[in-house]
Amino acid sequence: MTTTLKVGDALPDLKIGRITRTTLALFAGGSGDHNEIHLDSDVARGAGMEDVFAQGMLGMAHLSRLLTDHFPQSSLRSFSTRFAAITPVSAEPTCFGEVVAVDHHPDGDLLTLDLRVELPDGTVTLAGKATLQIGSAS
Amino acid sequence: MAISPSIVGTSTPPVTMTVERGRLQLFAKAIGQSDPLYVDVAAARAAGHPDLPVPPTFLFGLELERPNPFAWIEELGVDMPSVLHGSQSFDYTTMAYAGDVLTAVSTITDVYDKKGGALEFLDRVTHITRDGDPIATLTQTTVVRNS
Repeated sequence: MTTTLKVGDALPDLKIGRITRTTLALFAGGSGDHNEIHLDSDVARGAGMEDVFAQGMLGMAHLSRLLTDHFPQSSLRSFSTRFAAITPVSAEPTCFGEVVAVDHHPDGDLLTLDLRVELPDGTVTLAGKATLQIGSAS
Repeated sequence: MAISPSIVGTSTPPVTMTVERGRLQLFAKAIGQSDPLYVDVAAARAAGHPDLPVPPTFLFGLELERPNPFAWIEELGVDMPSVLHGSQSFDYTTMAYAGDVLTAVSTITDVYDKKGGALEFLDRVTHITRDGDPIATLTQTTVVRNS
């Protein structure tokens, strides 16, 4: 099996919608990350932040949705991100992905994507990469 | 404060979690995941999966399933509010599913600082296994902001 994607192709943008305090609370419960700085404004302000802000892993989970919306999860080989800026509460991020390499292999094409999450003001909150083996059996 | 490089090589005791469907469904709700594959067992099975798939980044939380998941940081004398997540990577061997019993073991692999010690960095690697077989390897950089 091969992919029809080529270098420079972009995945359709994934708009996430507003990150509310409820979003942060649900993600704390779902992910198991109960770090108070994302949940309790008093703790956040005590640490010198303006307010609570999103868990970095929430942004990475949003990027994973961009991937699994277009590829079977079993094709995902590696996935990495750098947390470049915080995502303030009430932000409305968008996830972007672009093909940067396609390597043809007998056991499936290896696809490399550049990924990022951006806020409407252009701030990049997460920047990363994923490699996928298209047509792999496992 | 300076974190002692002597902690490099230290590991946390293994933590084991049975992945529950309900947790995966809550995770899906929190991230706005509406693909039935991740919330509806019948849809997952129709797509050839034995149960709800564990989504790609859920594995990060496995290591947090201990009574005080941040003890390893606090024991270094670091205040949790000064801690930020710097980077995260996953290398996948195979998929995991609801009902799986997964085990995580984390090891500190590097400690370094930047900006004259204003920022300290802790690198950790976490191996996740099922019945001793590899599921994924996670690499994490934690940043400590010293004021």
